[in-house]
Amino acid sequence: MAYSDKVLDHYTHPRNVGSFDKSSSEVGTGLVGAPECGDVMKLQIKVNPETAVIEDAKFKTFGCGSAIASSSLATEWVKGKTVEEALAIKNTDIVRELSLPPVKIHCSVLAEDAIRAAIGDWKKKQAAAEKPQSVEANA
Amino acid sequence: MSTTSGNGVRLPIYMDNHATTPMDPRVLEEMLPYFTQKFGNSASRNHSFGWEAEQGVEQARERIAKLVGATAKEIIFTSGATESDNLALKGVAEMYKEKGNHIITAVTEHKAILDTCKRLEKYGCRVTYLPVKGDGLVDLEDLKRALDDKTILVSIMFANNEIGVIQPVEQIGAICRERGVLFHSDATQAVGKVPVDVNQMKIDLMSISAHKMYGPKGIGALYVRRKNPRVQISAMIDGGGHERGMRSGTLAVPNIVGLGKACELCMQEMPEESKRLAALRDRLRSRIEKDLDEVYVNGTMEHRLPGNLNMSFAYVEGESLLMGISDIAVSSGSACTSATLEPSYVLKALGTGDDLAHSSIRFGLGRFNTEAEVDYVAAKMVEVVLRLRELSPLYEMAKEGIDLKKVSWAATPDH
Repeated sequence: MAYSDKVLDHYTHPRNVGSFDKSSSEVGTGLVGAPECGDVMKLQIKVNPETAVIEDAKFKTFGCGSAIASSSLATEWVKGKTVEEALAIKNTDIVRELSLPPVKIHCSVLAEDAIRAAIGDWKKKQAAAEKPQSVEANA
Repeated sequence: MSTTSGNGVRLPIYMDNHATTPMDPRVLEEMLPYFTQKFGNSASRNHSFGWEAEQGVEQARERIAKLVGATAKEIIFTSGATESDNLALKGVAEMYKEKGNHIITAVTEHKAILDTCKRLEKYGCRVTYLPVKGDGLVDLEDLKRALDDKTILVSIMFANNEIGVIQPVEQIGAICRERGVLFHSDATQAVGKVPVDVNQMKIDLMSISAHKMYGPKGIGALYVRRKNPRVQISAMIDGGGHERGMRSGTLAVPNIVGLGKACELCMQEMPEESKRLAALRDRLRSRIEKDLDEVYVNGTMEHRLPGNLNMSFAYVEGESLLMGISDIAVSSGSACTSATLEPSYVLKALGTGDDLAHSSIRFGLGRFNTEAEVDYVAAKMVEVVLRLRELSPLYEMAKEGIDLKKVSWAATPDH
């Protein structure tokens, strides 16, 4: 199985490997996949609370070269986008960019899921942050 | 395209000798005259071209028989072990169908056995697939319990192609002989590597492959016992009655000569070679284990082919590992590396979790591997595993003290 140059590049020089502090209010964490499936991706975003722009992103992946490349690419793509813009990223875009063969399409789907999960987590945190204010007002 | 590494090792390194082996140059040398000079059909009884070819074939038959403790008449040539497995199982099932229709095999067998069994089940046979213990060995009590008065065949491989584990063949043979049931063993990975004796081990049928022992691809043999008991099988390929009616078709003379020479070389070199390979394998293992934690050997080390090492590297996926050691040829039990996207069923049968199955690498050392290659491979493995663990969310979670088995994984998250 020959890998595309882009996949090899991301594998050899992965972008944005690492972790943010999960507990920070600015951070959204998406953890998708399962060890039994051979694919687990953790994708984190750091979002500017005022502009909702994703200012930084990090990832860690347990999976094949295509999975690593898909998640590495995902962190590259979300940086600089607003949260809503990032939600528009489709797995098919990833497939096209990395020239993924049919058997590896599921890696791109997982990467798209990871982005959504991270954004979903961040949004949940924003929603929860608003509630305590109303509680305090009533207290 | 080969290059040379720092310590003089020629790249890429081939360490996948369970998948296939390079041909020994001496085998090639032995084969060459039979392509353009002694090219006759070995069944041509009436001229010297045929006699010459026949001589080559018969010498090969003797050499093969000698290696396994059989007589030449008991060696039938086939296109390889897959065909031999098919012939043994289907040939016995058809010939002995009045006696019974029950076959016993094991879950860790090669697909050539398992898929053939599936087909026989469609034709009305009943097949019992024995489980294996955590060490990879069949439980003899399970076998005894499974035997019944309709059992006509037990088929258990001598040595496993993925984990190299060697089954208690001699004891299985004794049990089968005592119960009057034929015993077939797919010995593809064992012949030429460890001592095999069909009489001592009471084996009645046995599959052999040339390309696993430095011979050519496309040729193998089936040992079919002639005495005590006399085994008969129905032919699967008709047309001319070659090989005592058991396998028709003009013999692939050069390939047969190659198989014979390969067997002769193995017989001569086995004592030294198996010692050398076991030492290399142990060196590979200890060098890896010295610098990495959480690596696990799959299958028992005690009953194992000398050149086999199958290890799981926790928190790192197999295909990404293979990508990182791109100048080394090995294979993995990871789903990503299989055509069907299923993780290794052999590792699963051992009770290895799917995650460790995805993290497994199979090293197959062989005649042409060197100590320098082993050292290079060990160092590269350590380097790549460490790098990939830095990338691994599982490693991160494990280091934080999280029990990965207790995590509920969201394969698809809520949006």
